[in-house]
Amino acid sequence: MMFEYAPAPESRAIVDIRSSYGLFIDGKFVDGETLDKTVNPATEEVLAEVTWAGTQDVDRAVRAARKAYDKVWGPMPGRDRAKYLFRIARIVQERSRELAVLESLDNGKPIRESRDVDLPLVAAHFFYYAGWADKLPYAGFGAEPRPLGVAAQVIPWNFPLLMLAWKVAPALAAGNTVVLKPAETTPLTALLFAEICQQADLPAGVVNIVTGAGDTGRALVEHPGVDKVAFTGSTEVGKAIARSVAGTGKKVTLELGGKAANIVYDDAPVDQAVEGIVNGIFFNQGHVCCAGSRLLVQENVAEQVLDALKRRMALLRVGDPLDKNTDVGAINSAAQLARIRELSDAGAAEGAQRWSPPCELPERGFWFAPTIFTGVTQAHRVAREEIFGPVLSVLTFRTPAEAVEKANNTPYGLSAGIWTDKGSRILWTADRLRAGVVWANTFNKFDPTSPFGGYKESGYGREGGRHGLEAYLNV
Amino acid sequence: MSERVAVRKTYKLFIGGKFPRSESGRSYLVQDSNVSLASRKDARDAVVAARAAVKGWAGATAYNRGQILYRVAEMLEGRREQFVALGVPGDEVDAAVDRWVWYAGWADKLPQVYGGANPVAGPYFNLSAPEPTGVVAVVAPESPALLGLVSVIAPAIVTGNTVVVAASPSAPLAAVTLAEVLATSDLPGGVVNLLTGRITETAPTLAAHLDVNAIDLAGVADPELATDLEARAAENLKRVLRPTPADHDWTGDPGLGRMTALLETKTVWHPKGV
Repeated sequence: MMFEYAPAPESRAIVDIRSSYGLFIDGKFVDGETLDKTVNPATEEVLAEVTWAGTQDVDRAVRAARKAYDKVWGPMPGRDRAKYLFRIARIVQERSRELAVLESLDNGKPIRESRDVDLPLVAAHFFYYAGWADKLPYAGFGAEPRPLGVAAQVIPWNFPLLMLAWKVAPALAAGNTVVLKPAETTPLTALLFAEICQQADLPAGVVNIVTGAGDTGRALVEHPGVDKVAFTGSTEVGKAIARSVAGTGKKVTLELGGKAANIVYDDAPVDQAVEGIVNGIFFNQGHVCCAGSRLLVQENVAEQVLDALKRRMALLRVGDPLDKNTDVGAINSAAQLARIRELSDAGAAEGAQRWSPPCELPERGFWFAPTIFTGVTQAHRVAREEIFGPVLSVLTFRTPAEAVEKANNTPYGLSAGIWTDKGSRILWTADRLRAGVVWANTFNKFDPTSPFGGYKESGYGREGGRHGLEAYLNV
Repeated sequence: MSERVAVRKTYKLFIGGKFPRSESGRSYLVQDSNVSLASRKDARDAVVAARAAVKGWAGATAYNRGQILYRVAEMLEGRREQFVALGVPGDEVDAAVDRWVWYAGWADKLPQVYGGANPVAGPYFNLSAPEPTGVVAVVAPESPALLGLVSVIAPAIVTGNTVVVAASPSAPLAAVTLAEVLATSDLPGGVVNLLTGRITETAPTLAAHLDVNAIDLAGVADPELATDLEARAAENLKRVLRPTPADHDWTGDPGLGRMTALLETKTVWHPKGV
């Protein structure tokens, strides 16, 4: 029996979006050279005008960060840095509904996710790293680990505020100052975060936020005044950054793409595994670098698992991100939608069988129905390339060795999933997977204490936990 | 009675546990000995050997790897005079032996120091553990010939990586002799592969090789070459250890950095429940 849902929209009145935003440099919002618009991907409505920082704007921001590092943040005792970070964590908690609504408006993700996943993790990250600020000599990197200086941070659009927290919290705790560039399609929560920095009386120049697109990011990363580059985004851009910093001495951490295998053995409880598969690929519309985008299911249970998966997918509610019942929201941009369509079309053209549940998509905005491909081979593009959308490729295997072989047959190595009731098989499989995060009988779990990051072409360095400090210390 | 005619040694490459000449058939003269001048093809062959050795070496127990590194120290100690005869100062040989002993002890301790349980906010078991990154290319320091070489090989292999090392072009005799030590220490073939010859010839091939996971530029003195190698390494996002300053004191406490730079942290989650 199907339950009908009445709409349960979250009110957007809680958030006050300005018509136009400047750049946040040296503690103040300042004008830049050019303006562009950021839209709500669920409706294509313009939310605000934002400034695109040019080379000179970036230079101003880096100089402000340097001054703050030399004069204020660098010399400040760790216990005081900690208090500012605790303050920020508290304000994030106090304003969490406002931030969650703004995130869903600008990004298109369901309010259920921004409210229950993104925002709690943002606050938790600031709390976690706040506590490290005065305990760095105990972090295992020697008696006197030193900060690096000015950190250039470039983040993606899939978890805008959470990625900001992953970057800013450890950098500040370690004693660095930052210039952060949010993604061009999702700048608004970073700009609200700038207001939170003001509200926390964070000294001017410690956090600077320059909005813009690829050119702004390049100017920031290549600026000779930065000591550290932290990037989350595509492997292609990550490689370009690795090339551009060659010979400079800048320390780099990169958190890049993925094509994670989610391995379902024949003894896995089917209903639990199906929940994990759905969470793995349809969480955040599949805009997740660690998404379980390749389902590897043992051949003898493939039919049973796929039947259950299709039944479950038919229950997914796709639509208004601000509706509290929504499971799958809007695709973040027209460009991303085009890429998902292109790869999905290639999957069909290469001979894989495409299936989506019957699902009504809104007329305006950017939407893509949850989709699976069966009959996928390892040569198909949908099995090799990161789609970054709600599209699952299904492959089968017969033996554990074959599962591991197929799982590792990718240049990526960010994450993987294992579903089985047998403990020794979990550990055997986990040992052999070349991936930085392995979820066994669960998927897409995150925590500030848990290091996150990839093997191979998924990047280098870890974010989260004690390991995450290493990226911002001279060790 | 005539004086005995000495049997001279041929100094060759060390690839996959064997001592082949360069496939190019070339050599160069160092301290009156002909030394193999490795080609780009030799570098690629060495990578193949190193990759083939990864599974066994990374899969060996930490205890076993520690035992083998300690065995290297024993073998090196026994050949002390041979290195002295090649011009390596005695105290440098001693320091090199001690370095093997020091790293040998890390094999079964680093995962405890560098990994551990994470107290996540939920009912989950969550454990981070370091794993070897895979095949590591190394440009050995120009000097000290033996201690420098040992100080870059040992931290790479103790955790389970395999290496292709380009020896110091000016001091290949000590390097090849060290390879003979390694070959008699129960170290599986291919775990350490040694190329002698020009850095400018072998290093770019190693830096660009898509089956190499990391590169240690310790001995690259020319900043332009270092930049070029780092840029090549970006193609498959190799982990890069940048050049060691020429005035670096190799006798000092090595710290953990050379080991941890060549490790990947894997974090495993599992729910708790009944």
